Amino acid sequence: MTRQRATRRLEPAAIAGVMSREVANFRTYWRGTTFSSVLEPLVYLLAFGLGLGATLVANVEGVPYIQFVGTGMVATAVIFSSALPSMFGTFVKHRFQNTYEAILAAPVDVEELVSAEMLWIAARSAVYGCVPLIVTFFWGLDPAPGMLLVPLFCFITALGFSGFGVAMAATVAKIDQFNYVTALFVTPLFLVAGTFFPISGLPQGIQVAANLNPLHQLVELVRGGAFGFEPWDLARFAFLLAFALVTWRVAIHRMRARLID
Amino acid sequence: MAAIELSGVVKRFGQITAVDGLDLEVPEGICLGLLGPNGAGKSTTMRLLTGQAIADEGELRVLGYELPAESKPARAEMGVVPQLDNLDVDVTVEDNLAIFARLYRVPDVGAAVDRALDLARLRDRRRDAVDKLSGGMRRRLLLARGLVHEPRLVLLDEPTVGLDPQIRTELWTLIGELKARGTTILMSTHYIEEAERLSDEVAVMHQGKIISRGHPAHLIAEHAGTHTAEVYAPPQRLTELRASIEAAGLRVRPAGPAIAIVGSEAAADGVVPTDAVVRAATLEDVFVLLTGEEAE
Repeated sequence: MTRQRATRRLEPAAIAGVMSREVANFRTYWRGTTFSSVLEPLVYLLAFGLGLGATLVANVEGVPYIQFVGTGMVATAVIFSSALPSMFGTFVKHRFQNTYEAILAAPVDVEELVSAEMLWIAARSAVYGCVPLIVTFFWGLDPAPGMLLVPLFCFITALGFSGFGVAMAATVAKIDQFNYVTALFVTPLFLVAGTFFPISGLPQGIQVAANLNPLHQLVELVRGGAFGFEPWDLARFAFLLAFALVTWRVAIHRMRARLID
Repeated sequence: MAAIELSGVVKRFGQITAVDGLDLEVPEGICLGLLGPNGAGKSTTMRLLTGQAIADEGELRVLGYELPAESKPARAEMGVVPQLDNLDVDVTVEDNLAIFARLYRVPDVGAAVDRALDLARLRDRRRDAVDKLSGGMRRRLLLARGLVHEPRLVLLDEPTVGLDPQIRTELWTLIGELKARGTTILMSTHYIEEAERLSDEVAVMHQGKIISRGHPAHLIAEHAGTHTAEVYAPPQRLTELRASIEAAGLRVRPAGPAIAIVGSEAAADGVVPTDAVVRAATLEDVFVLLTGEEAE
């Protein structure tokens, strides 16, 4: 006689188990990852914020340029610490290390596996994303209560980009094809996010496109947290939630197609 | 109740049918060796059993659970030792075990890790990173990881493929201990000796089907008789000999630089050359006769 046992979707124990693997591995490489995740946005911050701020641009929208860039660099830190690690990490674990084959032999489903991977990347990015903001305090940015929401904004945005990365990893045939993903998506999103200049100065069509850029919405929310929220920031937050939800489902769909024959 | 029941299972990959109407029943408490050449469908069968492949046709039941619908509770009660080493190499031995104890929802992770370390004889290396271990230690750890939750059923997918003889023997000892505890084992292999030494029963798989099954000694008696005569000679003479021996109604198979006359005890006088080396029939004779593939 066949036994029946109800199994729920997205079991916390399965997700926690997968995340515990990520934590155990992260303990072995956190120094390098943290170094690059912190240093890269700081280099941009100092180069643009101090370089351009001292020579070409003193203020933007009434804010000292380095503070304008510093708040915007939060988004840069988030995309660099979420989209790229999830793309490369997922691809390596699947193709080279056969890690997912081992995990899926345990009572873990693809949905739980992908969710855990996204949650872990997003949690890391929420921390790394705050670094440029904290550094900007040293250039006169005043702490504000709204900044307490910045880790949440970073977390939701990073969820979306880690889902994007997982979906890309499950789509490309070879690791070098990530060059196309970076050139076509990551770099344009990063440059047209309103980090270094306000998008209001761009041509109308590009402004519309920029408003569909999740990084731009994150930049605006961080600046809202630093300099004061606006009513439509709620819509921005809803947009980021929708972005995370869509990429989560797409990532699961793509990974299921890749992992289950 | 059988631990594994497969009925009419078919799995296709495009134009290729990897598993072709497979019927397989594994009773609880035995070690069944799934012996077949590369491409026979053994690994696909293992993936079907772990829910990582979905059958196009047929019925699969593991430990009483219908697959793929109840794959997750089935996986909770089975352990899998993969063909490829997929340990986390930078992580310590005990963390590798603890991660999987958590994935399998083991209540006392510490005790499960200690038990697995004892099984793998790695207690004194528990805090070493995996990449500091020898090849044999890594395979023992891989086996212990699949057993960390004390599963009722263990799937061993080519457990010693590519290993040197010493490590292979170490693994066989561990698998023997597992058998002695009454754990049900399904072991895919293409090593004849491995199947013969460890299996209570051997199922020969070829082109996605089981083509023969039984205790190794019974399979030998049924398909290969009692004796095999091997003849070593230049290729031209072997070709001529083969033709004449087959014309006399005997079965001949290639055996590296020789030919092997299977069931030579039944040969009429003068059919088997006087310089032939006569030995007891083996499972390898059965394997090559049934599959047409050279054994490893």
